[in-house]
Amino acid sequence: MAEPLPLGVPPPLSPPHKGEGNHACAARHLGTTIVTDLTKLTLAEARAGLRAKQFSSTELTQAFLAAIEAGNASLNAYVLPTPEHALAQAKASEARLAKGEARPLEGLPLGIKDLYCTKGVRTTACSNVLDGFTPTYESTVTQNLWDAGAVMLGKLNCDEFAMGSSNETSCFGPVANPWRRKGSNVALVPGGSSGGSSAAVAANLCLAATATDTGGSIRQPAAITGTVGIKPTYGRCSRYGIVAFASSLDQAGPIARTVRDAAIMLTHMASADAKDSTSVDAPVPDYEAAVGQGIKGLKVGVPREYRIDGMPREIEDLWQQGIAWLKAAGATVHDVSLPHTKYALPAYYIVAPAECSSNLARYDGVRYGLRKKGRDLIDTYEATRAAGFGAEVRRRVLIGTYVLSAGYYDAYYIKAQRVRTLIARDFEEAFGKVDVLLTPTTPGPAFGIGEVSGDPIQMYLNDVFTVTVNMAGLPGISVPAGLSSEATPLGLQLIGRPFDEATLFRSAQVIEDAAGRFPVPERWWA
Amino acid sequence: MQVDEATVRRIARLARIRVSDEEAKALEKELSGILDWVRQLDEVDTSSVEPMTRVTPMTLKKRPDVVTDGGIADDILANAPARENHFFVVPKVVE
Repeated sequence: MAEPLPLGVPPPLSPPHKGEGNHACAARHLGTTIVTDLTKLTLAEARAGLRAKQFSSTELTQAFLAAIEAGNASLNAYVLPTPEHALAQAKASEARLAKGEARPLEGLPLGIKDLYCTKGVRTTACSNVLDGFTPTYESTVTQNLWDAGAVMLGKLNCDEFAMGSSNETSCFGPVANPWRRKGSNVALVPGGSSGGSSAAVAANLCLAATATDTGGSIRQPAAITGTVGIKPTYGRCSRYGIVAFASSLDQAGPIARTVRDAAIMLTHMASADAKDSTSVDAPVPDYEAAVGQGIKGLKVGVPREYRIDGMPREIEDLWQQGIAWLKAAGATVHDVSLPHTKYALPAYYIVAPAECSSNLARYDGVRYGLRKKGRDLIDTYEATRAAGFGAEVRRRVLIGTYVLSAGYYDAYYIKAQRVRTLIARDFEEAFGKVDVLLTPTTPGPAFGIGEVSGDPIQMYLNDVFTVTVNMAGLPGISVPAGLSSEATPLGLQLIGRPFDEATLFRSAQVIEDAAGRFPVPERWWA
Repeated sequence: MQVDEATVRRIARLARIRVSDEEAKALEKELSGILDWVRQLDEVDTSSVEPMTRVTPMTLKKRPDVVTDGGIADDILANAPARENHFFVVPKVVE
């Protein structure tokens, strides 16, 4: 078992450095040891280190910028590093820290998924159709983070318009998972759609990252990179300023190195927002406070329908191990049934494309982004969208258009929304008996870039354990729990009642305490 | 549920995405595959179930009908591929 780090206390650094003078000189004087040490800190450790004046805000940001410069070419996690912006924010944080006016995330460097509109900073949703788009406004979630004093290191790679499970549909090219199979150089996917976020966190290219989840896009990448990812309850975070994929499914959430870090991030990402009428007016609890509370007497449900045909033995074993850990911490474990589980994935692949076909209608070359001139207006629309959308996005827009078209709307879209009611009802009934559900996060570990191509449905199956949670609007967290036979990470998922993220954090902490942390063994990318 | 080429072209027209002949052929197969796969939903008896209309139980918020924003025409045009004064410039619409 990994030696537990005393939480909030950074490892000793030598020599202590005041960070005075020219910052470029400071980076050289620090040398590579200090740079590597700073980037390995958890967000909670960095927060404590800044307040204890172990290192300066600028030194911390410099360490990550150097790591990005050294490693991003091999990983492709960042599509747009923003070093000047980051250093300006770090400088402002330094002043505040010196005056004792530190805000909750003061000086902490984060990566931002390129789905979040960042004012004055290019935002593309990793699509050619938004080529060059520079928002004149900020998303509510990122504004919350800047208001809390955080620093933006840059924009992170993702699947185009968040559509994918491997980050292979991005117009900026794929992302490499910092993890590799034992004894192999084959580039693995970091998951998707938030592949840049998960890779950057796992490779220590940021303290934590924002991400989004529509069918599993936070939890699946977190699971296969050994990081923690939480999709909160639908409505917990504002979707204002986040490029919309499927409006009844999308949610913002963090990917971080530890459960505590994820809890800190979510506390400051979440808020009610008048600009998003689907965001709830409920106050945001201090999620960090939930983390050490333990799970004595907690009732954990194990849904039998998640035991799918042909599930690899190691996934079943991991699941059993998770059950044992939760029992050992004082929970009781119960068999539950979610009878409509297997219909969630096909229902999702009607609802999500339908909503995306509507949300992506705005990309027509008129007001922003790419324009390919045609003979007339309609021709311009058709040429722009053909040139701007990648194959997966086009596939989903066309499916969505079909299932919403006259004559098919009832048979497909309405049918899927009825099945969705049944899926939500299954969970409601289960939560009458138990407090939280435990399932695997993914049906397997990270696969190789290019290994799953040709059949779209093969790719969709990666989300089989995660889409149910979006369909029901519930919160779900993935926490690293073990390694596959290929020595790559696997995660376990906990699903909770609406707005009961606190139970997810305290349960996930139990798993993290038992399983330990999973730092990448070999730093091959820099 | 087979999707034929004519249907692919009709959907592509509705979605305003130009599709070449080879792309239409490939899309026939892909879209048919996906639509066949989702047909398993027909196994579910939904005769007494309402379609989901809200994800979390909530009533739609209302606010007073007053102007709280606006006057930002330059911001709105900032990313326009073609503009003239406070207009987006587009190719002509053919009737």
